Order: sequence, then structure tokens, then C-alpha cells
Amino acid sequence: MPKKIRLIARLDVKDANLVKGIQLEGLRKLGDPNAFARRYYEQGIDELLYIDIVASLYNRNNLSDIVRKTVDEVFIPVCVGGGLRSVEDVRHILSMGADKVAINTAAIKRPALITEVAEAFGSQCMVLSIQAKRSRTRPGSWEAYYDNGRAHSGYDVVEWAKRGVELGAGEILLMSVDNEGLQRGMDLELIEAVTAAVNVPVICGGGVGCGEDIVEAAAAGADAVACAAVLHYNKETVAELKEDIRTGGVEVRAV
Amino acid sequence: MKRVTVINYGLSNLLSVRHALEHFGAEVRITNTPADVLAARALVLPGVGAFRDGMDGLRRLGLVEPIRQQAAAGVPLLGICLGMQMLFDESEEFGLHAGLGLIPGRVVRIPESDTDGVPQRVPHISWAPLWPAGGRADFAGTALAGVTPGQECYFIHSYEARPRQDAFRLADTRYGGRAVCAAAQRGSVLGTQFHPEKSGPVGLAILEGFLKQL
Repeated sequence: MPKKIRLIARLDVKDANLVKGIQLEGLRKLGDPNAFARRYYEQGIDELLYIDIVASLYNRNNLSDIVRKTVDEVFIPVCVGGGLRSVEDVRHILSMGADKVAINTAAIKRPALITEVAEAFGSQCMVLSIQAKRSRTRPGSWEAYYDNGRAHSGYDVVEWAKRGVELGAGEILLMSVDNEGLQRGMDLELIEAVTAAVNVPVICGGGVGCGEDIVEAAAAGADAVACAAVLHYNKETVAELKEDIRTGGVEVRAV
Repeated sequence: MKRVTVINYGLSNLLSVRHALEHFGAEVRITNTPADVLAARALVLPGVGAFRDGMDGLRRLGLVEPIRQQAAAGVPLLGICLGMQMLFDESEEFGLHAGLGLIPGRVVRIPESDTDGVPQRVPHISWAPLWPAGGRADFAGTALAGVTPGQECYFIHSYEARPRQDAFRLADTRYGGRAVCAAAQRGSVLGTQFHPEKSGPVGLAILEGFLKQL
């Protein structure tokens, strides 16, 4: 079967501003997240991913207003993450217009939350977010980080992904902390390892600098690719990325 | 003013459906009462989550019979995603559960492997093309009239509807080499497996098509 992928814009938000860093450090403020969301929608992005990147430190997600404003005029799927700790937190953000939630920190601290969210809203709503960093001690393996890359869990990424699916996650959001923000290509070994280990769709992120990077990620098994810097800095438009993806022999939704 | 009543049984993101309908000037009422459903001129049954929970929600609110009565009276009804699946007789999700019985057929799990025998992803999450089905050459005269065959909509589902007769298939898509029912219709009852409210301009054209028929 020909490979088809989804192209997702990842919008990291801090204090109502779109921000972008490198390897999750050195954040730059880029502006109003809604303006970026609207632009990507008009350019034909397939999905939006909002992450409140400081929320898990303060135990709350501040994206309600941004999400509510977005879904006023943006009619594509919206996934929201950052600081969601309970079924009630999830219910609230869904009522603001989110379609899915991405959970990392709270799932690592209490894996049963994955099952609770999947049972309450369906597994298609429960996206397990994994921040993967290459292990220095065990070559060829990755460790799951949380609190936006600050804290390490001791969990092996592939094992954690498998367990998350068993617990009810309907999708995995896999981000390479090592490659994040560098725009020099994705961690293809990581993508291969995780997509071969689970049977749910895997959104891969971290390192996209051009369409060719996305083609390689698709060949490695990615079902969707999340981009940030390449779009935020206007290096490429959504349409240009999609053109390059198609040229590389991978299908993507027509704009 | 086109009035549309959206049924809220506690399982879904209603904001997007509301905004999308209001986008075309509809007056939207969100309700969970039998009286409102019985007074409606057009109904939308959205939904995400599990089939059993969705039907339990409708039953607990006393909405099953009002929805059936309205459908029998020819009131336009649009079911979306789980709302579409609940239009059918029954579903195999977590055991066999009865649906609304408005379109003959059963809801079954998406196969774990494609027609080449290669494992495939479930849930099926994709922007997938709509092709006319049930012997149609195009979508003329239906709510999908604004769709050019092959245009894509957003699907997210682990179960798929299998209408008992081809005549109830309005649109198909393909996943893993198989035809999957993307939209089903029987009289004034219409269901879409995809989310029109999340499918960009193509999805909006479908909601506009639904409103135009009112």
C-alpha cells in the first residue's frame, strides 16, 4: 500500500505566546499562537498540536482560551497537551474544542491515567506523548523524559510506548529531544524502533528542516509528522512541504 | 433561518460542530432533552468514544425513542463518527450492543492487517478520499453534492459500519486495500464516519449541503 502521512503543526505555547527553542532550551517568543494556527490552516495543514510547555511545572494547562478561539475558525483536528493530570482536566479542554489530548508527565507519574482517559473519552482521544532522549549508557536505546525534557523517568521509550498502548493509548506522539529545533533531520532509528513496536499510529517530531526529512520519516514508519521551526520561521510553507513530500513518493492530503 | 438541534449526550466536542453549522448561518440548539429532540426540525448526533457508552447515554436521557420517532417522520438526521455508527442495528465493540436501528447493518472492528496480510494501524487516523458508493457515479442530489469524488476528509475510528445493502452506502473510502463505509444514507437519515466539522473546506461543504436540504 502507498504510504500516506499527516502533516501536523506543533505550536508550543508559554504565557499565551508561541515559542520555539532548540532541544527544548533557549525559548524565543514568536507571537500570537492563533495567528500561526490560522495561517497553517489556510495553507492546508492537516492537524494542529498545541502544547503548554510550562504547564506541567505549574500543574495547570493555560490553553483553554487559545483553543476556544482557534476552533472558532479552524476546522481541522486539534490536539492539546501540557499539564493535563486528570479525567476532569481532559474533559475541560475537550469542552473548549480540543479533539484529543497528549499526555506525558502525568502518565509517567501515574500510568493508570492513560486507561482512565481512554475509557472516558475513547482511546482515539488519548495520545501518549513521549519525549525521547538517546541513552548515553545503553547505545541504541532511548529514555523517556518529562517536565518538558527536564526530568528523566528511567523508562525505556520502546517499552513505555508498548505499555502505553496496552493501557489504552490510541496514538503515540514521539518527539526526539536530541534533534528538536535543529532542523537537521529526524531520529530515524527512534522512529523505526517505536513504529515497529506498536500497532497504533505514531506522530513523530523533532528535527524537521525540509520535506525530504518527512519523506525519510515516513519510510522509517511515521504515520504523521509534527513540524515547528521549519514552519514558524517561514522557511517553508505547508504547501511547499507537501509538494516535496509528494515528490518523494509519499502521499499527503491535497490542499 | 435554518434551525438545527445538536444532541448532547455527554461524549463529545460539541463546540466544533456548533461553529461549523453557525458558519453557514444555522441557528444551533444544543440539548439533552426528549422534548427538544421531538420539537427539532433537523438533528445532529455527534459523538466520540465507545458505542456502548454512547447508547447508554442516549438511553439514560430517554432519547432513543424520540430520535427514532423523528427519523420515522422524515426529520433530517446527521450522525457523525460514533453518531453515524449508532444509526446502525448493532455494534461488536466490547460485546454486541444494539444501536438505533435506523440503517440496517452492523459495526465491526477494523481488521488488524491489510489485504496483503501486513499489519495495519488501528485506529485508522487519516485524511482519506470519498468515493461515490451504492452504484452512484457522483454525489449529485445528496448532502455530499459539494464534494468532488476523491476529496479527502478526516477519519479517526477503530470500528467501521457495514451496511447490509449496498444501496445504503453513500460514500466509501479505502483503508488497507479494503472499501470502508465513509457515509451511509437511508431516506432522511445520513451518517458520516469522518468528521465533517474537522475536515476543512471539504467538510464544511458537506455541512452546508446538509443545511441546504432542510
